Formats: sequence, structure tokens, C-alpha cells
Amino acid sequence: MPRQGKGRYTAYWLLAPGAIWLGLFFVIPFYSLVSASLFDPNGSVLTGYDVTYHFANFGNAIKNYYPELLRSLWYAGLATLVCLVIGYVLAYAIAFKAGRWRNLLLVLVIAPFFTSFLLRTLSWKLILSDHGFVVDTLQKVHILGSDGRLLNTWFAVVAGIVYNFLPFMVLPLYASLEKIDGRLIEAAGDLYANPFKAFFKVTWPLSLPGVVAGTLLTFIPAAGDFINAQLLGGPGQRMVGNTIQSLFTSTQDYAAAGALSVILMALIVGLVMVYIRRAGTEELV
Amino acid sequence: MSPLARTWRWIKAHVVLGLGLLVLVYMFVPIAVVVLMSFNDPGKSKNVYKFRSFTLDNWTNPCHPAGMCHAVGLSLGIGLLATVVATIIGTMAAFGLVRHDFKGRSFANTVIFLPMASPEIVMGSSLLALFISGSKIITLGFWTIFIAHVMFCLSFVIVTVKARLAGLDDNLEQAAMDLYANERETFWRITFPLVLPGILGAALLAFSLSFDDFIITNLNAGQETTFPMFVYGAAQRGVPMQVNVIGTLMFLIAIVIVLGGELNNRLKARALAS
Repeated sequence: MPRQGKGRYTAYWLLAPGAIWLGLFFVIPFYSLVSASLFDPNGSVLTGYDVTYHFANFGNAIKNYYPELLRSLWYAGLATLVCLVIGYVLAYAIAFKAGRWRNLLLVLVIAPFFTSFLLRTLSWKLILSDHGFVVDTLQKVHILGSDGRLLNTWFAVVAGIVYNFLPFMVLPLYASLEKIDGRLIEAAGDLYANPFKAFFKVTWPLSLPGVVAGTLLTFIPAAGDFINAQLLGGPGQRMVGNTIQSLFTSTQDYAAAGALSVILMALIVGLVMVYIRRAGTEELV
Repeated sequence: MSPLARTWRWIKAHVVLGLGLLVLVYMFVPIAVVVLMSFNDPGKSKNVYKFRSFTLDNWTNPCHPAGMCHAVGLSLGIGLLATVVATIIGTMAAFGLVRHDFKGRSFANTVIFLPMASPEIVMGSSLLALFISGSKIITLGFWTIFIAHVMFCLSFVIVTVKARLAGLDDNLEQAAMDLYANERETFWRITFPLVLPGILGAALLAFSLSFDDFIITNLNAGQETTFPMFVYGAAQRGVPMQVNVIGTLMFLIAIVIVLGGELNNRLKARALAS
């Protein structure tokens, strides 16, 4: 219900503080990041940096860190897919099968996430640790070799990402499933569609906005995450987030770190654009 | 119908619910571990990834690890301050966006969406790049953490309040105006109370985002240590069991707040129905 208020400028006054904050601390920093990515790589914290439009930073960053970049996209993509499958089951159960327990179940979905992100991840480290219950059991049934382990493998990292970003998938899925009129699914049944056909012809297409929103909200933070790789993975599981973090904090190579951040952002924006176009839900944003 | 067929039907009817509940159980496994470990006595052993024996020491002596309670205090302080500021300016912006038509509205919506769509590491590192180039004006510490937290909470506040505002029935406001309430009275007696649950939800979300943030904070904290940073630092050596006490407490407090709100709603609905 947008309307022209009595003061034409009321909207601007209301928006001003938020706009200034986001402008100063989100938009401008992004510019500084892009300019940092063009720093002369020979600068240092002591001598200062010059923006020398050193575009070679990008080439060097890709050349040096492409395994981490690819690994990040691959881990994040796989984790998003797993999240989609198990998140869909949970959201579907809450939306259609939970009856009056709906709200309680929704609270339960969010509740674990009030315990610190890091503590939850450390908790997984304990669960998957060597000589822990899970590893011992898997070794007994010979799924893992007798010296096999879960920690420091890609499995542990992806499992951690799946766990930590699952609510970002479940909540949008639930929001769009809940809106579906149950009578449509019944109608499909009346018209002799079996449950599978009814699901793929009616429920799934109607839930697509939730699927798109959920996969984006899961994939984006997952691709930039480094906590899971740090705590659950080994040196072979480093993701691009780990590299950016250490370039900024320990190596203090701001030029390379800036270039790598810009590349990551560009990759994500590019993938997201293609994906949204494919999914045909451009009105999402 | 034979009992076998009946069982089969029951299974078919409940299989989705059962699978959903399994996923929910999976979500609680790490929480159970956190609660369990808050009662663990690791003794002299350095292995903090195994339950050794039961103790209440961690609960009676939560501030034992050096610096931990200071870190919790800092996180609480920044969380509260950032929540208040982000909620106020975010709510204002939400009203501006929903209630007014103006040039650049869709651009504003896009800028607001962007922080939610950027990876944290990129936002954190770009803020750091800004603070480094402005190091003569501001030094990394409490205020840079505060600035960063308000920044990334803002979008979530705006989106949450906007959703509540957009779903509002404006007949109620029309009715108030018809009954000779002026604009200010209508706002404070009708609109604001109706939007309040959305604002409170947004504040809760902002606080939990702020309290829990590690990636952006770690880059912009300078010499300060927030609770997540403390946990991360401790994780390299072996976490003190007391961090699990804090984790359990946070979980319990959140449950009480959320369930309290839900109960309040139900009681109100019942009072209205009778």
C-alpha cells in the first residue's frame, strides 16, 4: 500500500540513517576492496599501498588459488544439494503432516541455531573424532577401513556445512510449501495421478520459489565459509575462505586477498544470475 | 482389512512425518553433545573430545577459564548495542520502503538485499580494507565491531519488519481515522502495536546474528576478543569445558524466549475467543 505521504520527503528521512550506514560500511568498503585488489603487490603495511591498477593480481590469484576456489564451489554445491533433499523432507513434513504441532516444530528447527555456530561445529568434531562412537561403528561394519577416519576428510567438511546451513534451506522451503492449497494435490489424486506424479506435477513446481530462495541462501554463505574446513577438515580441504582469511590476517598480502575476494564475489554473482534465469524466478529479489 | 494391510497403510501415511522427525533429531545431536560436555570432567587429560566423568564444576565455576567471561560480556554488550541501533534504523527504513512511493525504491531494495547475498568473508575483508585505509581516524576494536554488526544486522531487520508491515490490514488504520484519530494517534495506537511482534522478532534475530558472528568480527576486532573468537582461539589448544555451559545457557534462554512468545500468543487467542 505505497502512498504519497503528506511530506514528500518523509521516505527519505526515514531511510536516511539506514542508507548512510549501508553506504558507508557496505558500499564504500566494497569499493576499497576492489581498489585493494588493484594494489601494487610490492607494498606492505609499513610502506603503504598504491593503487597501480595492477590487474595481474587477478591472474595471479586465480593461478595460485584455483584449487581452493573450485573446491569451495564443489563443497558448497554438494552441501546445498544434500540440504535440499533432507530440508525438503523436513519442510514438507512440517507443512503437510504436522497438524497443530506446526509452530512447535518450526521453533525446534531454529532452536539449535541459538547455540554458537562454532560450538556446534566443535560438537561435530567430537562426534566424528577418531575412536569416537561413529568411527568405531563404521569400522566394525567395514564401511571404513580399520585405520579409516572421518575427520580431515571432505566428508566431514561437507557434513558440517550441511548441518550449519540447513535452516536457511528449511525456512524458505516451508514458507512456499505452506502456501500450497492442499486441494490441488487432492485434485491430482482424483485425476488418477499416483502420489509420485502428483508430487512432481503439482507440489514440486509450486514450491520452486522456495527451492530457489533456499538453495541461494545455503549456497552463498557455504561458498564463503571457512570454519567448517578449518575445524573439520585438514590441509587438503582448504576452501577459498581459509585462504582469504589467512592472506588478510597472517600474510597481510592485501592485494592478493582483495583480488581473491573480488573473484569469489564475481563467481557467486555469476552463478546466481545463471541459476535464477534458469529457474525462471527473476521476481525473487 | 487385515492387520498387515493396516500396518502397511499406517506406515505409508506416516513415512514422511517420520523422516522429517529424523532430520529434526539429527539437528539436535550436536546440541545434546554440547549439553553433555558441559558436565564433563576432563581431569588431567588433554583430550577434550571424549566424555570422561561427570561433574558439576563447570556449572558452579563458569568463569574459570581466563578471559572467557570477559569475552561473553563483550559479546553481550556489542550484541545489545548493535541490536538496538540496527532495530531502530532498520524499522524506520522498513516504514519508508513499504509506506512511501519514491524514486529509487527498487534500487534501495537491491542494496538492502546485497549484504544478505554476499559471503561474510567478502564483507568482512572489505570492511577491513576500509578501516585500514582510514586507520588515522579509527582503530580496530569495540567500535569497528559495533559498526560491522549493525551493518550486517540491518538488512535482516529491514526484511523482517517489511514482511510484517506488508501483511498488515490497512482497514484497521482507516477505521481509526474514521473514528477521528489523527495520524499520530493512529500510528501509536494501531500501527505500531500491530507491527511490534515483527520488530521484536527482528531484534531477536539481530541479537543472535551479532552474538554468534565470527568471520566478520574476527577480521575487524583488533585486540578485542568476543565469545566466538574466544572459542575459536581455544579450539586450537583444546576447549575449556565451560564454553559448553555458555552454549547450553544460550540455547535454554532462546528456547524460553521463543516458547514464551508462543505461549503468550496462545493465551491471547484463547482470551479473545472466550
